[in-house]
Amino acid sequence: MIKNSGKMLLALASVAVVAGCASPTKLDKPVEVEKKDVTSQTTTTTQPSGNTVASTDMSSKPVVPITLDRVIYFDFDSYAVKDEFRPIVEAHAKLLKGNSSAKEVAEGHTDERGGSEYNLALGQKRAEAVVQQMKVLGVGDSQLEAVSYGKERPAVDGHDEAAWAKNRRVELRSK
Amino acid sequence: MWPRRHALRALGASLALPALTPAFAQFRVEIRGVGGTQIPIALGRFRDEDRQPQSISAVVRADLERSGVFKVVDAPAPADENGLPDYNTLRSRGADWVVGGSASRLADGRVDVRFRLWDVVKGADQGGQSEPTQPADLRLAAHHISDLVYQKVTGERGVFSTRIAYVTKGGGKYTLRIADADGAGIVPALIDNEPIISPAWSPDGSELAFVTFHDKKAKVVIRNVHTGASREVAAFRGSNSAPAFSPDGRTLAVTLSKDGGSHVFLMDRSGANVRRVTESTGIDTEARFSPDGASLYFVSDRGGGPQIYRQPVAGGGATRVTYNGAYNISPSISPDGKLLAYISRGDGFKLMVMNLATNEVASVSDTNDDESPSFAPNGRYIIYATKAGGRDVLMVTTTDGKFKSTLVESGLDIREPVWGPFGR
Repeated sequence: MIKNSGKMLLALASVAVVAGCASPTKLDKPVEVEKKDVTSQTTTTTQPSGNTVASTDMSSKPVVPITLDRVIYFDFDSYAVKDEFRPIVEAHAKLLKGNSSAKEVAEGHTDERGGSEYNLALGQKRAEAVVQQMKVLGVGDSQLEAVSYGKERPAVDGHDEAAWAKNRRVELRSK
Repeated sequence: MWPRRHALRALGASLALPALTPAFAQFRVEIRGVGGTQIPIALGRFRDEDRQPQSISAVVRADLERSGVFKVVDAPAPADENGLPDYNTLRSRGADWVVGGSASRLADGRVDVRFRLWDVVKGADQGGQSEPTQPADLRLAAHHISDLVYQKVTGERGVFSTRIAYVTKGGGKYTLRIADADGAGIVPALIDNEPIISPAWSPDGSELAFVTFHDKKAKVVIRNVHTGASREVAAFRGSNSAPAFSPDGRTLAVTLSKDGGSHVFLMDRSGANVRRVTESTGIDTEARFSPDGASLYFVSDRGGGPQIYRQPVAGGGATRVTYNGAYNISPSISPDGKLLAYISRGDGFKLMVMNLATNEVASVSDTNDDESPSFAPNGRYIIYATKAGGRDVLMVTTTDGKFKSTLVESGLDIREPVWGPFGR
């Protein structure tokens, strides 16, 4: 385009056509549209990269019993694991310590307010707080990964404090 | 910016120009605002354009009106680029400039799109162009005319032929889309069941970096927009996010949590040679390069709440940039390096523009859910996502906030807009 626009400017500057001098060849140097750009763009439709999603894929060997609570909720602007959720952390820690090949992911989430990237970092901070507690309880580093969805995956819809409180959370899931 | 005679011509009334984008556009463009000064221009129908699949003059007219710089006045234009303007009538109708043109089918099937611009005040031919064009590319040829008219009249490059990228959510699908700057010509580049955030253009417009949750965690992928080929460049333990290309396109800034916390790292565009550049115990993220490539602007909570800081790429201490308010995020730097756009939380989330020389800050939006500002490559406009009238929209504003156009895509969440470079 830079090269192109240079041509165009040249064309603008060089044309001072007298009325009646209607020969097309005397007008301007034709400037090609960059076809390669446009046509290739229009063929760039909808191939999802890599493998397609299998979103129903629950882990093949569920390490966490279905009855075990796995969601820890947080106060607004807070990363502290509240005492009431301590039993959940301890239960998961016990489970992982009892099976050194088991792995879990702590997935941090925020409410919908604020920017997506800053919320991603806040959710990461919540997930790391939970992982840190489990490490203190003796879980091996390689058995845990803290990740974040930020505000991208709310547990419930809604735009009030009741919804936000349910969305500020860390979910523990087996990997 | 333009000759003084234009600056004296203020448009007093607020505009209400429903400029519907034609044909296949899914976007609706709405214009509002009070243009401080608008340049009156006359624009005729192009000869033979009715025989082509796309009206050229309609696209040029919509471009000029959406720019906030021009007011299209009703006055007779020459029948085509070889005509002679009726200067007396044009002057009596208040037109300072006039455009005429044609769109004739060539023997090889292409369409020769021609135009000429005349300065009515001087009574002078200002030149023109002929662009033989494939019928499918007529909109782009029309945008080129708009770019050249804008440049000839204002002295600055137009952005009508540039593109934007953004993400929509609807029906459980996330779609990374690329569209022309006027919201037409939408191409879905990637569809996934998992979220997509933070698209970033490479400086040459050939690639988009973005964050995908396809593998149930945040990873940074670079996708070639022409071929669709994708490559993972950051998939470390924890989260990988917030990609930004350096101005020379060789380096990528990203936020990684691989060492605990969220910190800004640099890597080669291949993903190799990863090195950490920000030092804090808290969160550092949303890095953006200054246009000279020497500095990084980024968000950090090292002082408590999130604020924008600046730090030399080569290393050295960070300097705090934003002070007003307790929550300032999502920096975007103007191409000349003089303005910083960002989002500030007060009563709502508002787009702010800071003059980096004077530290003056101006609120430039009239909405309360603003996100993700991004400068146009000519520095005259900022695109951002917000809610207006109960709808998710993309808003384009002049940097002074006086003139806005809204891109609405019905029924979808629409977020994360980013303006692409010059180059088509």
